Amino acid sequence: MVNSVILNAATRLLVAILLLFSVYMLLRGHNLPGGGFIGGLIGSTGFILYAIAQGAEATREALRAEPQNIAMIGLGIALASGVYAVFFGDAFFTGQWWFIGDRESGDYIPISSVLFFDIGVYLVVFGSILTLVLALEEEV
Amino acid sequence: MATGGVEVPRLAGGPAGWLSVIIPAVLFAWFAQFLPAVADGQTPLIGIDWVPSLDIRLEMLLDGLSLTFALLITGIGTLVTLYSTKYLGNHPEYPRFVLYLMIFMVGMLGLVLADNLIALFVFWEVTTISSYLLIGFTSDSAKSRRSALQALLLTGTGGLALLAGMIMLGSAAGTFSLMEIRGMGDAIRDHEYYIPILILFLAGAFTKSAQFPFHFWLPNAMAAPTPVSAYLHSATMVKGGVYLMARMNPTLGGTEPWFWALVIAGGFTTVFASVLAIRQTDIKQVLAYTTLMALGALTLFIGAGSSHAIKAAMLFLVVHSLYKAALFLMIGIVDHETGTREVADLRGLARKMPITFLAGALAAISMAGIPPFFGFIGKEFLYKAGLEADVAGLWITGCIFAASVLMFMAAGISVARPFLGRVPERFADVHEGPTPMWIGPFLLGALSLFFGIYSDIPEFWLVGPATDAVYGSDVSVDLYLFREVNDAFILSMITFAVGFVLYLGHGRIRNALGRIITANPIKFDPGWDRTLDGLKVLAGWQTNLLQSGILQRYIFIIFATLAIGVGVTIYLQDALNFRMDIAAELDGLLFKHWAILTFITAGAILTALTGSRMVAIVALGVVGIGVALLFIIFSAPDVAITQLLVETLVVVLVAVAMLKLPHLGVRTDESNRPVHAMLSISVGVITTLVLVAVLQSDLDLRLTEYFGETSWSEAFGRNIVNVILVDFRALDTFGEIAVVVVAALSAYALLRGTRYGSIRDEGEEK
Repeated sequence: MVNSVILNAATRLLVAILLLFSVYMLLRGHNLPGGGFIGGLIGSTGFILYAIAQGAEATREALRAEPQNIAMIGLGIALASGVYAVFFGDAFFTGQWWFIGDRESGDYIPISSVLFFDIGVYLVVFGSILTLVLALEEEV
Repeated sequence: MATGGVEVPRLAGGPAGWLSVIIPAVLFAWFAQFLPAVADGQTPLIGIDWVPSLDIRLEMLLDGLSLTFALLITGIGTLVTLYSTKYLGNHPEYPRFVLYLMIFMVGMLGLVLADNLIALFVFWEVTTISSYLLIGFTSDSAKSRRSALQALLLTGTGGLALLAGMIMLGSAAGTFSLMEIRGMGDAIRDHEYYIPILILFLAGAFTKSAQFPFHFWLPNAMAAPTPVSAYLHSATMVKGGVYLMARMNPTLGGTEPWFWALVIAGGFTTVFASVLAIRQTDIKQVLAYTTLMALGALTLFIGAGSSHAIKAAMLFLVVHSLYKAALFLMIGIVDHETGTREVADLRGLARKMPITFLAGALAAISMAGIPPFFGFIGKEFLYKAGLEADVAGLWITGCIFAASVLMFMAAGISVARPFLGRVPERFADVHEGPTPMWIGPFLLGALSLFFGIYSDIPEFWLVGPATDAVYGSDVSVDLYLFREVNDAFILSMITFAVGFVLYLGHGRIRNALGRIITANPIKFDPGWDRTLDGLKVLAGWQTNLLQSGILQRYIFIIFATLAIGVGVTIYLQDALNFRMDIAAELDGLLFKHWAILTFITAGAILTALTGSRMVAIVALGVVGIGVALLFIIFSAPDVAITQLLVETLVVVLVAVAMLKLPHLGVRTDESNRPVHAMLSISVGVITTLVLVAVLQSDLDLRLTEYFGETSWSEAFGRNIVNVILVDFRALDTFGEIAVVVVAALSAYALLRGTRYGSIRDEGEEK
């Protein structure tokens, strides 16, 4: 924890921006640079910044959930998105797609089990890094 | 009570209790419907594709052998779970017990029904693990934990051997299907892998079925609750090894090594175990050793391999399962009501517990082999098969005769002693066990009598089809109680006479045996402990040797191995074939390339020379960012972003950790610096050489092209890197994120561990 007014003020803004940016990176990942791994890294950077400015305890409160639980939930989501395909007679981890809207005109939102897999990756990376960093912070 | 004072027998244990009874009962009924088809010689095959890419099908093979086993498992299972509702129904962990028991039942059913060898192995291990949980059910007792672990390690080791044997058999036969393998007996027996396959299979079967010298885990496993002993360690699990040998008889059997291995091990186990059975004072232990005797006899007769011997083995399998489960359940009731199982204490219980006595007596008479019980037929056929054997007939008959005499004696010790005679003072208030408890042993005992009188029923439905399946071709099975006075009948009469005389003097015999056994220097159970201790010492020694705990040394060894390994390989393969025009390549570099190279090199040099850790880590970050810039130039934005983020995080993490580390200046070991420098330089040089060598060969772009073409058309994504990660190779990614989670959790545990460690250290300092 660093007692710096500038850092404290900047952190409030930066954390929000970093988190938003991380979700943006996660969602665009299928077609443009980004994805769950990068998103998770960026998201965790936000909270690391927060931990440096406000301390580990405040970060845990802000997170609301234990980071290791977040990682485990992510792993569960990733697994579920893979198992999901089995119910449709496909092999494990075969992507399942739904297109909400009119596919002919190109005006649609694609949703897929692959996206949920990526969300799982995001949460795993996010949770794992924060598990480490917060434990280190509290240790030192 | 609302029922007007009439006590209605009610199942204790709640929903777990009645579910645990209904499931095996329904399964029993379901399997029973296949009896006509199987007796007719058909083998219904029911299956689904499990792992199609590895050619693993989950297929049920229902022939006479597996159906007999399936009916025993579900039938005795129903009675045992009913029994448990009273025996353990009030135990706080009862639902857990039921869960373990059901897992075991599924494993055991899968084991006897699986057509695929690999599936069979998986179920084999399920029974091993659930047996571990059940033996160790009373986990607050050190003895039961030790017994559970011993059973797990022994049968688990055997299981690994079995897996190796199965893979060899599968590759020798070209298929993993038991149905197909069964027809290839001659080819397998002539195959060069035959002896290794045989050894590995027998290692699995002998440990599971507790054949000498792996016998000692079974008596120890009696630390389990009595229903478990009755179910797993007499009627079902320990017969898994017997099942395997019977199943493999058409494939692996009929050779000299098979014959002698089984006949010697089985014969020795059967005599050895019945001698030890007489020696026990705890009735449950007496029964445990007689179970060993039965397993030995089954091994012996499967090994003998003639149609008579197989017939006798299958008959004895059913006979033994019925009476032994009944006897275990009976002693459980006695234990439940009186609190002891000691031969010396129990007396005259027949008046106090008449139904339990009746159930126990029926089973014990069958065990003693007295007509008209099913056990008599079983013993007659064992004798007949022994007398008619072409090879080693004397050994087989001798072993089974000795064992039968001692079994007669053991039957007396376990039922006649505790139930007959006058009731001692301390048992004045003892009363009959609850109904759900005596139903099981009573039914099984009654069945032992019924099957003896109406022997054509088990003959037609169970023993006949099972014998056909094991022998590999049709065998005429004709069970009967008595037809003529032949050698086997005379031998039976001698058995009764000798057994009765020995029973009268069993107190003295036990004492004499005790003296002999105490004098014997070879003891298996303490030997097991010594083996485990030795393993721990070995593990400690090699850990101390390899794990110095000094990070510097680990890194040194890792990089030295890398440098030497790769360097020597490059030299031996003559890979340093420079066709590249270095000067021309350098001329092709643009200003931005030079700039990044300078940037990276400066960072590296600073890292090596600085005296401050903080400067070193930041300088190392500079190197990483330089590499990220390279990725950007060569248009790999995803990799570049990841690299940048990871570099940033590493700097943050190490900087946080570094606050705790001592300053670099206080390093004691300066003399190592030249060595370290040399190592660093050689690793650098060798890595460069590898990269140059890689560039010499043509780049194979097939995968890149494939992913480039299919990523949009098949996976609806334009970012190839991401599509590969989350779709094409999602399983790999899943493995990786699982590793990430495990790494994070381990590091978390380590960090927390050191915190407690430091608290303890502070305490010591004070």
